Amino acid sequence: MTQKALYSGNEAVARGAYEAGVRVAAAYPGTPSTEILENLARYDAVYSEWSPNEKVALDVAIGAAYAGSRAMAVMKHVGLNVAADAFFYASMTGMEAGLVIVCADDPNMFSSQNEQDNRHYAKFARVPCLEPSDSQEAKDLVGVALELSERFDGPVMLRLTTRISHSNALVELGERTAQEPADPPQYRIDRSKYVMVPGNARRRHPIVEERVRQVKAYAETFSANRVEMGERSLGIVTGGVAYQYAKEVFPRASFLKLGMTWPLPEALIRDFAARVERLIVVEELDPMIEEEIRLMGIPVEGKSIFPLCGELDPSVVRQCAIQAGLLPPETAPAHGPPAQGLPARPPLLCPGCPHRGVFVTTNKLKLVVSGDIGCYTLGFLPPLSALHTCGCMGASIGQAHGVSKAGIAQKHVAVIGDSTFFHTGMPALLNVAYNQSDTVVLILDNRTTAMTGHQQHPGTGRTLMEQPTYAVEFEALARAMGIEHVHTVDPYDLGAVERALRACLDAEGPAVVISRRECALLPVARAQWMALAVDEERCNGCGLCFQVGCPAIVRSSRLDGKTGHAIAWIDPMLCTGCEVCAQVCARKAISLRDEMAAEEA
Amino acid sequence: MNTGTRDRNFVLAGVGGQGTLLVSNVLAHVGVRAGYDVKKAEVHGMAQRGGSVSSHIRWGAKIHSPLIGLGEADYLVAFEVLEALRYVELLRPGGTVIVGEMRIPPLSVSSGGDVYPDDETVRRILGQATEDLSFVPSVRLAKDAGNVRAHNIVLLGALSVHLDQVPLEVWLEVIGEWVPKRYLEVNVNAFRMGREAY
Repeated sequence: MTQKALYSGNEAVARGAYEAGVRVAAAYPGTPSTEILENLARYDAVYSEWSPNEKVALDVAIGAAYAGSRAMAVMKHVGLNVAADAFFYASMTGMEAGLVIVCADDPNMFSSQNEQDNRHYAKFARVPCLEPSDSQEAKDLVGVALELSERFDGPVMLRLTTRISHSNALVELGERTAQEPADPPQYRIDRSKYVMVPGNARRRHPIVEERVRQVKAYAETFSANRVEMGERSLGIVTGGVAYQYAKEVFPRASFLKLGMTWPLPEALIRDFAARVERLIVVEELDPMIEEEIRLMGIPVEGKSIFPLCGELDPSVVRQCAIQAGLLPPETAPAHGPPAQGLPARPPLLCPGCPHRGVFVTTNKLKLVVSGDIGCYTLGFLPPLSALHTCGCMGASIGQAHGVSKAGIAQKHVAVIGDSTFFHTGMPALLNVAYNQSDTVVLILDNRTTAMTGHQQHPGTGRTLMEQPTYAVEFEALARAMGIEHVHTVDPYDLGAVERALRACLDAEGPAVVISRRECALLPVARAQWMALAVDEERCNGCGLCFQVGCPAIVRSSRLDGKTGHAIAWIDPMLCTGCEVCAQVCARKAISLRDEMAAEEA
Repeated sequence: MNTGTRDRNFVLAGVGGQGTLLVSNVLAHVGVRAGYDVKKAEVHGMAQRGGSVSSHIRWGAKIHSPLIGLGEADYLVAFEVLEALRYVELLRPGGTVIVGEMRIPPLSVSSGGDVYPDDETVRRILGQATEDLSFVPSVRLAKDAGNVRAHNIVLLGALSVHLDQVPLEVWLEVIGEWVPKRYLEVNVNAFRMGREAY
């Protein structure tokens, strides 16, 4: 009996890579793709690593494929922006063994700054794009991608979306098929193929275009492009998770389900279109398939019916279909109205988050803050409202340098997390030192890649596969780059943060402040959790402590006799004892850790 | 073992850190064990801790969409009172709502001007959606079972009463696979208390 498991799309991709004999895999963590490498790292037969960024990860995978081993690079959609340079040259050179580039798009931006549709990259770089519709296909298409990569001598993109990555479905498990070589393989040198100087590149370009023609021909009979004929009044071309929504909403329609969404099988589409009365495309985000079909001269509808922005779901597809007259209105399930005016509950900085002390201080000093991507981005939310830009990974330092060169009335700083600093912050800090600005960079070193769920990075001293390794020192690194003023502070000590910041803001030239304290959710920090308490006699309900934005300190039902304001209350289930609220309290109404310990004793 | 023919759609709602995802894993795997095709959808990442979280779980003969549409949920299980209200639109008329009696005020209530809905508002909104509405003293029962954090499993126990096609042993077996050994007894107690309270 075959073994079945309820796998997320990400677990399935990891399993697929293992079964298909991938030997080297590299990635940078990014929602919704992170769990792919976390799961792959459990298979000893595959070398898996966190690279400092997606461009490095893709170069690593390309190198492995040049060296004759099947390889995989994994990233979220915007990671391919970082890796785009490598993506394009890999398409030009081809490889000696299969290379699959997995990228996970994020329609609806659950955890991203945009919802770019990476199928454009496939077309842009002439790389075939495969799209699974569930976990089983996610697993199977990894192997298919590697076979196609080897057959046509070019990388293949496997495009996931959040709902594929983070939905679980049953998957049949297989064995790893690849044989491990007894001896190291000889590296095959081929300068005309792998040295992309203009002369060689000019010869490669027509080869790449010929490859596209061949893949297109192959797509006509590719088994993952399949026709499911139903009623002929409506034909639906679709792929990815949109296929599943369309099957729910139009159970009797005819389907052309595309497992390869670029390049498209023109003859297959023409044939399908001729067999149905009305042809529509159901696809998330951009009208990629729709426009390709229209370029073939075939009448088709898509984004005139379904939305361009956000993700699809069964309700959206059904509602749009009803509006377009494709379904009678009574097919929509009855339901009550949404509850109005509910308080929102966005994700927030956790109790004890070390970033809080930094933002409390930048607020006190009224600093303009160029922000970056990580948990600390959440510092933009009220009540802190302390972070003023967030664009892409590593943007904060370059922006702050530009602000400095432009000149503004206020003082300003850049904040960037430890992992993000390694990702793309380093060249920007080098620029600050090289072109000398008064930029103050706060590196928020919480000893992990926190936002994606605690991954290792070059500063933690451990690898993805849990091997001990060299841990980079930010202080030495900053000095080596030419930064003269380097301070290290504990963000739980508000006075120390303020003194360091003031010193840097007053000094001439670039400065770096390293705010070092483990993420409050790491085991080493959890071991030190201790709940503080409010002295109800001292607290007068002034509300200063609420402005630090900690979920653990809330208004109690008790009102202060004089002010009439609610007394503060600390939830012992949530409080970790960081003492940030205690330090902002003007009436010393919050017990410190020492006092709590003494009381207990 | 699968005796039901129609699909069962479950929406679980809670606050990040409450154990919503553990329950969704157990519920999905119980469905598999009971012979259903199963899909489960949830969003993680972006420091969901403290934020609103939801899971969609579907059992059926053949499941396509991992997401449940408006009016398609048979069961709405909320681990926090306010979160029950947030997803009420997904419930089919007359569907089952099980609410754990835990209230966690969002930051906009504790440090801003938002108001947490009072009991009357909660009952009115949920009562408009269905008559099959239960409030379970999940915190008290979990404390009785031995650990307040097992409040999520209390609610799973309450839900299991509605799914009598699945034998008790299957629930306990799957819980045993997902809960750390040292907390197993507490969680089994919590599950049984949830079943009996219902």
